[in-house]
Amino acid sequence: MAVNEPAAASRDSGNRMLIGTALMAVALGIAPFLGVYPVFLMKALCFALFACAFNLLLGFGGLLSFGHAMFLGTAGYICAFTAKEWGFPTEVAILAGTAASAALGAIVGVLAIRRQGIYFAMVTLAIAQMMYFLYLQTPFTHGEDGIQSVPRGKILGIIDLSQPLAMYYTVLVVFIAAFLLIYRIVHSPFGQVLKAIRENEPRAISLGYDADRYKLLAFVLSATLAGLAGALKAIVFQLAALTDVHWSMSGEVVLITLLGGMGTIFGPVVGAFIIVTLENYLAGFGEWVTVITGAIFIVCVLAFRRGIAGELAAWWTKRRG
Amino acid sequence: MQALFGQLLIGLINGAFYAMLSLGLAVIFGLLNIINFTHGAQYMMGAFVAWFMLNKVGLGYWWALLLAPIIVGVTGVLIERTMLKRLYKLDHLYGLLLTFGLALVIQGLFRNEFGSSGLPYRIPEELTGGINLGFMFLPIYRAWVIVASLVVCFSTWYVIERTKLGSYLRAATENPALVQAFGINVPRMITLTFGFGVGLAALAGVMAAPIYQVNPLMGADLIIVVFAVVVIGGMGSIMGAILTGFGLGVVEGLTKYFYPEASNTVIFVIMVIVLLIRPAGLFGKER
Repeated sequence: MAVNEPAAASRDSGNRMLIGTALMAVALGIAPFLGVYPVFLMKALCFALFACAFNLLLGFGGLLSFGHAMFLGTAGYICAFTAKEWGFPTEVAILAGTAASAALGAIVGVLAIRRQGIYFAMVTLAIAQMMYFLYLQTPFTHGEDGIQSVPRGKILGIIDLSQPLAMYYTVLVVFIAAFLLIYRIVHSPFGQVLKAIRENEPRAISLGYDADRYKLLAFVLSATLAGLAGALKAIVFQLAALTDVHWSMSGEVVLITLLGGMGTIFGPVVGAFIIVTLENYLAGFGEWVTVITGAIFIVCVLAFRRGIAGELAAWWTKRRG
Repeated sequence: MQALFGQLLIGLINGAFYAMLSLGLAVIFGLLNIINFTHGAQYMMGAFVAWFMLNKVGLGYWWALLLAPIIVGVTGVLIERTMLKRLYKLDHLYGLLLTFGLALVIQGLFRNEFGSSGLPYRIPEELTGGINLGFMFLPIYRAWVIVASLVVCFSTWYVIERTKLGSYLRAATENPALVQAFGINVPRMITLTFGFGVGLAALAGVMAAPIYQVNPLMGADLIIVVFAVVVIGGMGSIMGAILTGFGLGVVEGLTKYFYPEASNTVIFVIMVIVLLIRPAGLFGKER
C-alpha cells in the first residue's frame, strides 16, 4: 500500500522527529495536571501503542492484517492470568503476555505470509476468529466474563500501581520507549528493506533480499508490540475480556491507523486519541458508534487516504515549496 | 444415527449458504478485484427485505425471493457507481476497507432500528411440514433450500462457463482493456456483475430468513467463515467455490456430531492446513 512520506524525505526529519517526540512526551506528561482523566489518557495510549505496532506492519510493510486483535487479546489474557492466578509480579506478567503474542505472531506470520494482498487480510481475519472461539471456549479466560480484578501490583516491587498517576506514568514511559523503538526499526536498514519490499516485492527479491523473512520479522515485531499494548491494557483496566479479541477490535485498529495516517510516525497516535475521544462521547448513543466508525472508514478511503498526519505533512511540504 | 443425519442436514444447509455467498464473492472478485466485506450485511439486508415485505406490505415468501435480490442488488449498483468505481486504480486493499466501513454503517443502522434480537419469519405454507424418510425426518423447507441453492449455483456456473455472456465476463476478468477494445461496455459489465453478486447474497438471505431468525448481525460472523471458505477453495473457479462451500458445510456438520467443541473452529483449522499444503487453495491458481 503505497503511502507518501514527505516528512521522511527531508534531511532534518530525524531532528524534527526527536523534537516532536519530546513535545509529545511533555504534553502527555503534564496532561493529568490540566484536568485530563488519567484513565482516558491510559486508554488512548494503549490504543496508540496498538496502532503504532499495527502501522509498522501496514504502513511500512504494506501488509494489511485484519486480525491484529488476536495479539492484543492474547497478551491481555496471558498477562491477566499470570498476574492473578500465578501471582507473577506486574512487569513479569506483562513480559509473559508480550512473549505469548510474539510466539503467536511467529506461528500466524508463517501461515499468513504464504498468501499476499487481499488473501493475507482474509487469512489473518480467519485465524483471529479461530482464536476468538478458542478463548470463548477455554475455561481459563472465563468466557463472557473475562478475567476480572487483575491485581495491578508494584513495578519492580517499588512503584505502587494502584495509584492512578503512578500507573499513568508507567504506561507513558513504556509507550514512549516503544514509540522510539518503532521509529528506530522503521529507519534501520531492516526498515528500508521492508519499504522496498512494500513498493516492489519482485524487485527486492531480485536484489537478493529474502522477502518472506523480512515480512515474517515485521509481522512478529508488530505482533509483539501489539501484545505489549494488550498486556498494559489488561493491567490498566484490571480486566482481560473477549472484546479485545473480537474482529471489531481488529477493525478499530485499522481505522485508527487509516484516520491518523498510515506510514506516518505520529499518525496512529493522533488517530488513537481521536477515536478514543469519539467513543467516550458517543458511549451513550448505542449503535451510532458503529455507524459513525463505518462512515469515517468510508470518508477516509474515498477522500482522505493520507490520513490526518499525512495530509498535514503534505500541506507543510507544499507550503515550504 | 438420527442425530448424525440431523447434523448432516444442518451441515448441508450451512454449506448451501457458504456456497452461494462464496460464489458471489468469487464472481465480484474476478471482475472487480475487490473483496466485498459488505457481503454479509447484504445477505442480512435480503432477509430484512423479505421480513419487511411480509409484515408491512403483505407480499409473501415467493415475492421476496424474486424482489429482494433485485432491491438489494440495486443498492449494490448504487454503491459501485458512487464509491467503488473510484477505487479501481488504487491498491485492492482500499476496496476491502471501504466495504468494511459500509458493512459497519449498514449493520449499525439496522441495529439502531431493530435491536439485536432476532425477528421471526415464518416458513411459507407450501413448504411447511416434512417427510419421514425412515432413518430421519426431513423438513420440506430445508430440502427446498438445498435444492434451490444447488439450482442457483449451477445456473450461475452454467451462465459463466457455458454462455456467450459468460465468455465476455471471463474475458474481461483476464484482460479488461482488450475486451473493451472489442466494443464491449466493460464498466457497465462491472456494475452489473457487482449487482448480481450482491443479489446472490440477498437471495441467500431470503432463503435463510425462515431457518435462522432475521437479525441485524446474522451476516457479520458468517462473512468471516465465508472468507475462510474462499481461502480454502481459492477464487480461481466457480465450480470450486460451489464444491468447497457444500463440502465444508458437511464437514462442519459432521464435526458437530463427532466433536462438537471444535465445530466453531473446524473450518479455520482446515484453512490453516490448506495454507500449509496448498497455499493457492484447493481450486485456486497463484496470481
